[in-house]
Amino acid sequence: MTLPVHLRHDETFVLNLGPQHPATHGVLRVKLTMDGEYIVKAEPVLGYIHRMHEKLAEAGTYPQFMPNTARMDYLHALAFNHGYALAVEKAAGIEVPERAEYIRVITVELNRIASHLLWWAAFLLDLGGFTPLLYAFDDREQIIDLLERVTGSRLTYCYMRFGGVYNDIDDEFITGTRDFITRLRSRMPRMYHDLVTHNIILIKRIKDIGFISEEQCRRYGATGPVARGSGINYDVRKNEPYSVYQEFDFDVPVYSECDSMARYMVRMDEIEQSLRIIEQALDKLPDGPVMAKKVPKILKPGLGYHYSAVETARGSLGHMLVCNGDKNPYKLKLRSPTFSNLSLYGEVAEGMLLADALAFMGSLDLVIPEIDR
Amino acid sequence: MSVIESVKAAIEKVVPFSETVIPADPAGEGEEQQPDQVVHSAGAKEVDFAKTGCSLDVLCTAEQILDVAHALDGEQLFIESIAGVDWPKEDQIEVVYTFSHFQDSDVRVMVRLRVPRSEPKVPTISKVFSGADWHERETYDFYGVEFTDHPNLIRILLPEDADFYPLRKDYMP
Repeated sequence: MTLPVHLRHDETFVLNLGPQHPATHGVLRVKLTMDGEYIVKAEPVLGYIHRMHEKLAEAGTYPQFMPNTARMDYLHALAFNHGYALAVEKAAGIEVPERAEYIRVITVELNRIASHLLWWAAFLLDLGGFTPLLYAFDDREQIIDLLERVTGSRLTYCYMRFGGVYNDIDDEFITGTRDFITRLRSRMPRMYHDLVTHNIILIKRIKDIGFISEEQCRRYGATGPVARGSGINYDVRKNEPYSVYQEFDFDVPVYSECDSMARYMVRMDEIEQSLRIIEQALDKLPDGPVMAKKVPKILKPGLGYHYSAVETARGSLGHMLVCNGDKNPYKLKLRSPTFSNLSLYGEVAEGMLLADALAFMGSLDLVIPEIDR
Repeated sequence: MSVIESVKAAIEKVVPFSETVIPADPAGEGEEQQPDQVVHSAGAKEVDFAKTGCSLDVLCTAEQILDVAHALDGEQLFIESIAGVDWPKEDQIEVVYTFSHFQDSDVRVMVRLRVPRSEPKVPTISKVFSGADWHERETYDFYGVEFTDHPNLIRILLPEDADFYPLRKDYMP
């Protein structure tokens, strides 16, 4: 990338952004070396909300770790539930009833929409628009109410079990979800796209800003909307179909502009794709139990290495599980998507204006507890 | 040639394929196995993707890792994660790398190597995969694995003055 001005490295100053800065959405600190308004060097400093979940996983039994999964990515907690459940089920060889997998997909996709809505609200708040937050939270509240009905909690879910889910969905949830789909679809064109997406102020702020090349995504291992905004057609739901995703007809939105606007558009289109998945899952929802029979109370998966990936709202989440036949996991490595997505920040932010770098940071959709684990 | 075939060919130039690797056992049956039954020896092996989530399991030495990384970089794989595993009985620390592919489905290469616990030194691959920089810092942070030639090997998640490696099995808070 060519720098817009000649940066004089002898006259720089260090600007401390965070850890308590509203634009970092949590406790991320970025050490910026500035030349006037331009960034010479950006170094994210992590660890302010580090809780060592990986050690906690080794200290308890397999089911005991399930509530912790939701404390990492609190915006798309059900995908973390799902990923951990799939990883242990794969290791222990537990079969999940079909209805349970459908319910998992419905709730995970609802949660994905909620996550994208909150990102949208917070991103626009960073850029100075307050009204979108109220619209997005109105819609997000509907999802949270629906999920509270089946899962029992509003944010940090512990809904999935090895072998299924703990609670069946009822007719009220199904009709409520169908009403929500109609409602969100009717609001999307006017309240989301006319008001914001086609807004010239937004376009001027994020178009051609924050260029991430396809090669950078590969070198840094960026996934999710960040990779899909750089023209990479990679979605774990399509590339390594897990659960019952292969039953549904949905598209993976890919934009090749590589800028913040492309990442914005990917997430907006994904909301519609998630609605399509939920609609099909509700139509096809089979009858039957929601928990597998004969799941042992104490799981003791045999010796081995297991890797399991799922697609969260932010990218590919991996669980690397090392089992040794004990009742506790021997090792659980969590590959969190935003950790890799943020690692390219320093390289991309170099030479940017500070205001643009903050808009770019918002377009990465950071969730700090998931980075710090 | 499919992606997995060419990845195999590229790895074979560095690490020969062999049958010495003990594959992951199906869970919940048979007698309990002890972790010390995993014998580390160099060699690569195809594994069942449905069972392990990986298509290739490559066991190499610390000296080979840079060549393996170059081979995988040439095949356009991306870095997914780097993790450590502590094996105190064997007095070894294992470093597990996973790589995956953006276009081709079901291509995941797990690369494993072991270094002695008393002197865990592994060459860095951050010059090949820039994303490895942070993953290696995390592994250093939790296990004390020293990645030689790393540009900035400092603590990443723990406080900078920490003097312990918390994910080692003998660490007690």
